Amino acid sequence: MTAAGSNGAAAPPTHIETDVLVIGAGGAGMYAALEAARAGAAVVLVDRSLIGRGGATVMAQMTVAAALGEQTPDHWEHHLSDTLAAGRGLCDERLAALLCEDGPRRLREMDGWKVGWAREDGHIKQAQAPGHDRPRCAYVDFLATGPAVSRTLRAQLNAANAVRRIGELVVVDIAVRDGEACGATALHLPTGRAVTLAAKAVVIATGGLTGLYRRNSASSNMGGDGYALALRAGAELIDMEFVQFFPIGHLAPRLVGMDPIMWDPFRYKLGGRLLNAELREFEQDYATRDNRSDGRYVLTRDLATYAITREVEAGRGSPAGGAYLSFQHVPEAEIRSAFGPVVDRLAANGIDLSKRPVEVAPIAHYHMGGVRVDETLQARVPGLYACGEAVGGANGANRLSGNAITEAFVFGARAGRNAARRTLQGSSLWSPQAAGSALDLLRSAQRRDAPNLAAVVVELKALMADTVGPLRTEEKLRSAAQAIERLKTDIGEIPVSSAAAFDPVLLDWLDLRNMLLVAQSVTLPALARTESRGAHQREDHPGLDDNWCVNQLVALSRGKIELSRSAPSTGRAAA
Amino acid sequence: MKATLAIQRGAPGELPRIESFEVTFEHGQSVLDGLRALRCEVDPSLAFRFSCINANACKECMMLIDGRVDYACTVRLKEGVTALGPLPKKALIRDLVTEIAPPDERLWPRQ
Repeated sequence: MTAAGSNGAAAPPTHIETDVLVIGAGGAGMYAALEAARAGAAVVLVDRSLIGRGGATVMAQMTVAAALGEQTPDHWEHHLSDTLAAGRGLCDERLAALLCEDGPRRLREMDGWKVGWAREDGHIKQAQAPGHDRPRCAYVDFLATGPAVSRTLRAQLNAANAVRRIGELVVVDIAVRDGEACGATALHLPTGRAVTLAAKAVVIATGGLTGLYRRNSASSNMGGDGYALALRAGAELIDMEFVQFFPIGHLAPRLVGMDPIMWDPFRYKLGGRLLNAELREFEQDYATRDNRSDGRYVLTRDLATYAITREVEAGRGSPAGGAYLSFQHVPEAEIRSAFGPVVDRLAANGIDLSKRPVEVAPIAHYHMGGVRVDETLQARVPGLYACGEAVGGANGANRLSGNAITEAFVFGARAGRNAARRTLQGSSLWSPQAAGSALDLLRSAQRRDAPNLAAVVVELKALMADTVGPLRTEEKLRSAAQAIERLKTDIGEIPVSSAAAFDPVLLDWLDLRNMLLVAQSVTLPALARTESRGAHQREDHPGLDDNWCVNQLVALSRGKIELSRSAPSTGRAAA
Repeated sequence: MKATLAIQRGAPGELPRIESFEVTFEHGQSVLDGLRALRCEVDPSLAFRFSCINANACKECMMLIDGRVDYACTVRLKEGVTALGPLPKKALIRDLVTEIAPPDERLWPRQ
């Protein structure tokens, strides 16, 4: 079916009604849909990509942290202590406690669904990861954790009759009536048709914003859509300045067909060495000399990112601008036994770990910030929920390795269940007027002279990487804020289109509308925070400042971003 | 090094046309790298699917590459001509994009 004219949105919108609308079909969204259906709600699960293929979960290769106590005795409160310590004083303790307390239950549920957690001597094997006080991270072997998790949740969804799945649907805006969320307006990519969705509750599960950065480890479609949707619907965002860089993202030689963050499991299993251009290990320098160190030999992600970036700036970087990661001290047979078929995939890329090091560098990996929610995962907009990486607060200024998939499960399930409960109590607030402005926006799309929007996306990613990256200064951040304003002017307020079916130009325009708003939402609080904490490192303000032990909130007021501050939430979740 | 991508383009009901583009590349870069560069440098309206870019996790970038069904993210660019076309046994949406979503995950079954 091809819509008439150059712009499919001119045709009358297709309308769908449901109880719970879940936006985003990664790990969190799929879990939310499953749990909402189990609680008795009719669910529509939409994704801008194909269902279960986009997002970050499918890309995750390893480590899901939970106090299962299978490898060694453990309690969720130990996991919580580590999570709070990594968060550098900014965690929302209610959300962090929820993550840690509910984690084991969800991992066991996934185990029952045959995800295939690696086992040893009859128990689930748990690996030690940086920042954890004991082995706590489950995984599916041979770098298959994310795909296995996605496959398992998809299989559960296929069996859930109450969940309707619709892929290739790009949500343009949340529909709001009388201050409450009542559905959404979307673009159906294959036809260019507008679609309206009426729902009694809406769950944002769109993941993070790493797609704003040149080098990143998530899918291309993670440009922070959900944050922009939430802001425009009237929600607040929290901790937006904290973008986690994964310290040892693959840099060189060119590696295709593999996730750039694959080196972490190699380090856990084989103890790879990080070397600078002088072929000297340097992590210890930062663990002992740096006043930001927690004093441990194994650096957490924020410190390792800092260490590598500093080595490069000091002229001790590898040829491609990172650090060497070497496994040359590990016998070839040991590498083979730990990573089996992965070794052959590396060989196809010309990489032999026993002979030569690879080059690694920090890469945008995860976003600690996100939609500000209460302990029921509801935003300040009634009926609007968030889950997974889209939620801010649980991880404070820095996330522990292994907490992302756990939070996808835990927050997904909680948000889904709470959204379903709300729908059982209330009736729909939907009215076509709630979708009016988003439909008008889609209808106004036109073929017109405009900059190449694909190139603008690339420009924005470079800008964010170079000026709002791991090491920040006032000068860099101010230039970023100005450049973002200029790009907003460049793309204009009227969408650009190029075709009816599967129009990448219109998609780029809609993406940039979101990405530029979200880029501002990161840059402005980063500029305001005149200290260095966790993933936010200011070269002009090194060191923690006790006065900055506060969360920054971002909201939209008459189209402008407003910042405010709030003391971190303490206490346990009541939900 | 330079690669020429000969791409079959068009929407259902249109006569398919082959458009050739030259892209500069470095050793090791993928066909998907080339397609993404083309959009930025020459024609942003070129339609193709991809999500994970590099990891061969999403399996969305499947297309016909020199007559074989393969993934654009794992096939490397080469000097000379590489022919790209949509999957032959799937309904065409536009350019290199075909209907690969499972039927029960579509808004409505396509006609």
